[in-house]
Amino acid sequence: MSTENHAKTAPATASTDTRKQAPAGERVADWADGRLGIYSLAKANMRKIFPDHWSFMLGEICLYSFIIIILTGVYLTLFFHPSMNEVEYHGSYVPLQGQLMSEAFNSTMHISFDVRGGLLIRQIHHWAALIFLAGMFVHMMRVFFTGAFRKPREVNWLFGFLLFVLGMFTGFTGYSLPDDLLSGTGVRFMQGAILSVPIVGTYLSMFLFGGEFPGGDFVARFYSVHILLLPGIMLGLVVAHLILVFYHKHTQFAGPGKSNKNVVGMPLLPVYMAKAGGFFFLVFGIIAAIAAIASINPIWALGPYRPDQVSTGAQPDWYMGFAEGLIRVMPGWEINIWGHTLVLGVFIPLVIFPLVLAAIAVYPFIESWVTGDKREHHILDRPRNAPTRTGFGVAWITAYMIMLIGGGNDLWATHFHLSLNAITWFVRIFFFAGPVIAFIVTKRICLGLQRRDRDKVLHGRESGLIKRLPHGEFIEVHEPLDRDQLHTLTAHEQYKPLEIGATVDENGVERKVKGSEKLRAKLSKGMYGEESQIPKPTAEEYKEITSGHGHH
Amino acid sequence: MSSQEIPEENLPSEQESAHGAVAVADEADPFADPGLPPHENRVQDIDEQAARRSERTVALLFTISMLATVGFIASFVAFPVDKSVYIWPIGHISALNFALGMTLGVALFCIGAGAVHWARTLMSDVEVADERHPIEAEPEVKAKVMADFAAGAKESQLGRRKLIRNTMFGALAMVPLSGVVLLRDLGPLPEDKLRHTLWSKGKLLVNMNTNEPLRPSDVQVGSLTFAKPEGLEEHDHDFQKEIAKAALMIVRIQPDNIKDKRELEWSHEGVVAYSKICTHVGCPISLYEQQTHHVLCPCHQSTFDLSDGARVIFGPAGHALPQLRIGVNEEGYLEALGDFEEPVGPAFWERG
Repeated sequence: MSTENHAKTAPATASTDTRKQAPAGERVADWADGRLGIYSLAKANMRKIFPDHWSFMLGEICLYSFIIIILTGVYLTLFFHPSMNEVEYHGSYVPLQGQLMSEAFNSTMHISFDVRGGLLIRQIHHWAALIFLAGMFVHMMRVFFTGAFRKPREVNWLFGFLLFVLGMFTGFTGYSLPDDLLSGTGVRFMQGAILSVPIVGTYLSMFLFGGEFPGGDFVARFYSVHILLLPGIMLGLVVAHLILVFYHKHTQFAGPGKSNKNVVGMPLLPVYMAKAGGFFFLVFGIIAAIAAIASINPIWALGPYRPDQVSTGAQPDWYMGFAEGLIRVMPGWEINIWGHTLVLGVFIPLVIFPLVLAAIAVYPFIESWVTGDKREHHILDRPRNAPTRTGFGVAWITAYMIMLIGGGNDLWATHFHLSLNAITWFVRIFFFAGPVIAFIVTKRICLGLQRRDRDKVLHGRESGLIKRLPHGEFIEVHEPLDRDQLHTLTAHEQYKPLEIGATVDENGVERKVKGSEKLRAKLSKGMYGEESQIPKPTAEEYKEITSGHGHH
Repeated sequence: MSSQEIPEENLPSEQESAHGAVAVADEADPFADPGLPPHENRVQDIDEQAARRSERTVALLFTISMLATVGFIASFVAFPVDKSVYIWPIGHISALNFALGMTLGVALFCIGAGAVHWARTLMSDVEVADERHPIEAEPEVKAKVMADFAAGAKESQLGRRKLIRNTMFGALAMVPLSGVVLLRDLGPLPEDKLRHTLWSKGKLLVNMNTNEPLRPSDVQVGSLTFAKPEGLEEHDHDFQKEIAKAALMIVRIQPDNIKDKRELEWSHEGVVAYSKICTHVGCPISLYEQQTHHVLCPCHQSTFDLSDGARVIFGPAGHALPQLRIGVNEEGYLEALGDFEEPVGPAFWERG
């Protein structure tokens, strides 16, 4: 109300005053503020504090490579013809002269050999896509292992996960567009996998390809999915992801002066404007240099797609290698009943693929259900302090990596002179055994590190100095930690395992305990029981030890 | 790990003179948060000389970037698009691509390096603490929202007028069906399209490389020949679709070595014809092991024994390759004696 009064009296004088005095920039800002309210926006965000840690850069790599992909992608659409009409090649690349190929392949050849800088942009686009996916994978693992997905960030975790999944499919539809021999083989693989779907497989395939494979439609269809549908959704998700990062404020690691109620770091303007803005140019510069020296997807060496031709060593882009591994190592089970075929050998991998991805996506919700913790968490966990979570994450990565080995089993065989059959069997066994081993080993390492932290807090740091006592004994001097370190190493919280309590009360009446509660208690014991964490040192323990020494 | 194993002398001893400075100041809680550590000055904060050096470094980086952009434009004009150049250790690469990429890379990288160096050495690096506020709304806010919602819902009368509610939900649920129906014409129904190929009785087997009809004598032991049905030409409109099903693989095996009885019957003097399309997910099979008559799909390594009904001996394929029954016509050319008896390529629900 008071502003209204102010507005009534002020304008006549104020506007004439500012028009005389305010510099041009301010006048533009005033104009924008009157229409967009930018000053309120800037008040909250211009000097927003961001904490500093190298791992917080990983998400930036994803964002910047995404921007690079969009910029270069728009350029490529100016030259690419998403058509499967057959043409004869008459470009400047001699070995393919006169060959029949689709317009898609022909225009990609044109971009690569006749448009100046076209090859560079194509290679930046493809390299940036690989880096985008790799960046998202590593960023996701950073968030996972530090527990940054906990309340209030679960939704943002899902946004990020969706971006990773959509990124995979955008990548797949993208590298299928040139209609070269390698990518066409990949599309055929996808079509074969779709055919395996019970009941509707053949229908899905016919509808997707506009008839029998390969037909004349899929490049145009993939094109609109690749440049419009998926990137449109992803752009929305990226914006939402960033808005939530700003809204929640960034997480930080424990340390002196850092608490769950504050965020310690440096302001957006100027430090992160310069650092993050500069980092965009660093990422772009490095990708441009990679594209200058490292050839990627040389379609001229592969030739146009023919369903009856193939090259050896066919590999998808790395992020599809996991799915490729599943399909390669799965035994060829087929069940024929009542005139129908259940193609388990292909369909099971097709189902496992999303299930494995979903396993990591739902973990945050399982963890919060087990802990029952409804508080906000802004202080990151050190991975060692959440051994079960860390173990699960490493187990997941292990399964992923083993399947990646399976996806390249022919390359492993030829490069390391191994038996293909042996690699396949290794992958079959260790897809199950590997994660279990990884879980146990990781958990033990975490517990060991927790013990070391505990010892460091209670007994100080090994200084490496050897002291000789008057009676001749040699001892190593332990240096006590300073207060900053003492705080940092003991700042984490430790959950207590959930107790169901007595199921029979004092009158002998049995209390019903739901099965889900029993499971929750069991999981809680597994995650936070004695076997799963080392009690962090208490102030009493510390005082007893230090004061005990005082008597000496 | 316990304290008992460690001699007393090894325990932390802030009381001892050497390390007395870092003491447990807070008697109540030795692990209490000591607060933000004091800011440590960088050399640029106290030495203007050093700060000026930083300034020059940043300016130099930005200048290099400008020069690189000039270099980019010069390269674009100067290098012909088809010029190849030898660069150690990469090898022969496109001169234009290399020059454009490197100049663009340097131009971008130097902007980034300059900005980051500026931020790290000259901008204030004093750490500041900002407060956080709970994301959840205050109870009063929540109560207001709930009351507003209840008022709005009541005013709409949606809860009271069930007829409106039910028909609205019905209409909203049905209207997307139009969109689904529109997708129907994305493609034809499968019907029996996957069961038939171009092969039929009397169609000649045409060598894929020479485009000539094959005679039995053209197929030698140990060689792998690819064939297509006569009349199918590369320029044909649906060549890709047809060859994806009709592609054929022909080998000659000594009849004594053919283990499968039906395979022997369907062959001609040891010349056998199998579908080239893998029964796993449809890659063309292209690797042939002459001694064992095994063929291998290079995509997912399914291995088939051509001397034994092309049964699967390794890999993810679920069933044997379909065999084409062949014979010889009056002129001595190899001909098909019909279509494949089962669908070629990957298995599917209706295959049976």
